[in-house]
Amino acid sequence: MFSHLRTIWLTFLHMFHKRATIEYPEERTPLHPRWKGRIVLTEDPDGGERCVGCYLCAAACPVDCISLQATEDENGRRYPEFFRINFSRCIYCGYCEEACPTYAIQLIPDFEMAEYKRQDLVFEKEDLLIKSQGKYPGYNFYKVAGLDAGVKQKGQGKMEEAPVDIHSLLP
Amino acid sequence: MTVMQHVWIVLGVLFVLLNIAAGLIWLERRMLAVWQDRLGPNRAGPLGILIVLADTLKLFFKEDWIPPFADKGIFVLAPAIVVGSVLMTFVIIPFSPHIVVADLNVGILFFLAMSSLGVYSIVLGGWASNNKYSLLGALRGASQMISYEVFMGLSLMGVVMLTGSFSLGDIIAAQKNVWFVFTQPLGFIIFLIAGIAETHRLPFDIPEAESELVAGYHAEYSGMKFGMFFIGEYLGITMISAMTVVLFFGGWAGPSFLPPVLWFTIKTFAFILLFILLRASLPRPRYDQLMEYGWKILLPLVLVNLMVTGAVALWLRGG
Repeated sequence: MFSHLRTIWLTFLHMFHKRATIEYPEERTPLHPRWKGRIVLTEDPDGGERCVGCYLCAAACPVDCISLQATEDENGRRYPEFFRINFSRCIYCGYCEEACPTYAIQLIPDFEMAEYKRQDLVFEKEDLLIKSQGKYPGYNFYKVAGLDAGVKQKGQGKMEEAPVDIHSLLP
Repeated sequence: MTVMQHVWIVLGVLFVLLNIAAGLIWLERRMLAVWQDRLGPNRAGPLGILIVLADTLKLFFKEDWIPPFADKGIFVLAPAIVVGSVLMTFVIIPFSPHIVVADLNVGILFFLAMSSLGVYSIVLGGWASNNKYSLLGALRGASQMISYEVFMGLSLMGVVMLTGSFSLGDIIAAQKNVWFVFTQPLGFIIFLIAGIAETHRLPFDIPEAESELVAGYHAEYSGMKFGMFFIGEYLGITMISAMTVVLFFGGWAGPSFLPPVLWFTIKTFAFILLFILLRASLPRPRYDQLMEYGWKILLPLVLVNLMVTGAVALWLRGG
């Protein structure tokens, strides 16, 4: 009986406690930089697309919401012909970001993407591409790759030695 | 008083009560939020009070569904009974020296009779729904009401003995010097507990018990029929609070710087807030615990109270 009265009294005292509610549209919780929200495709420092169309994100996606088709330009640089993410299926797990070998696909702290029509939640490549390098500034995949795809000459890449003349025996 | 005055009193009481019952939706949600460190509804109108309007509109626009397996006539009748019987109880309550619909000389008996009729709403509603959860809720409601009705009546007998009358006007007049809460503290506590059980409010909301019986006897109800059950529940809270004030806290009596009707309102709302606080703090007992508590603890207590009160009253009168 006493514990009941004590419960009632303690509940009454909650009147003077601080409110836990955050009134959302006016007040927001701070989102951390690594918060996993809307998916974007970033660009490299020279303004080119980072995505090389390797399909690893589509393979890693547990709900199969990513769809793309890779193609090549005249220099042999790979890029996605189309890149489509169905955000009505996406569960924001971030596996695509982990799978991406070129830091192209990234999740950013934004969750306010409600739409009236379901079809509007299917984002095409032009909706996904952003003019930013995201979390990895300064990284350019084709600068560190061995392949010459119009970004650098053979042996000109970062941390890459000039090609050896295999017909010469001189060191 | 002329006939027109009577009509105005009846209409005024009805108007105020229905508005209070609707306003309690807002009050309860706000106060529950206050006691749970939340904010509660605060968007529609000042302090969110227009949530009442929004809720009512929503209820009116919901599909008014009568299940094909239900007993249609009784199904429709059940929600009307609870509101009707509770509203009838307010007939005898004196809101101020002059605002009373009818000061019956069997006042308390009338109150007990009408509040017992309310259980028909639960039983009939649960039965007519033809749904096992509803039926279980109805069964629990019936057993709870019957057992708590017994000592609710007995707990009031102490007050009646001290007053020598069933009329609420006489009871208030008898509390001129000292409120009955001081001479009948046990009777007050037991009446309050029985009153909570009578309105089947938390912690005694066994017939509804949404976590085990989905919603108990009104599981099949929708739209304004469901709304009637809710209005009935809030009217019941107001009624028990008002009866507690009349029987134990001197009714409209109070220092003269405020009008009597305002004193009555303040005291009643204090008890309504207590009802809401109980909901915010206490968990629901199992229904066999509730029965045990009623029959094995409260009933003997109220009988002891009755005998002691009778003995003291006789001794005072005889000596």
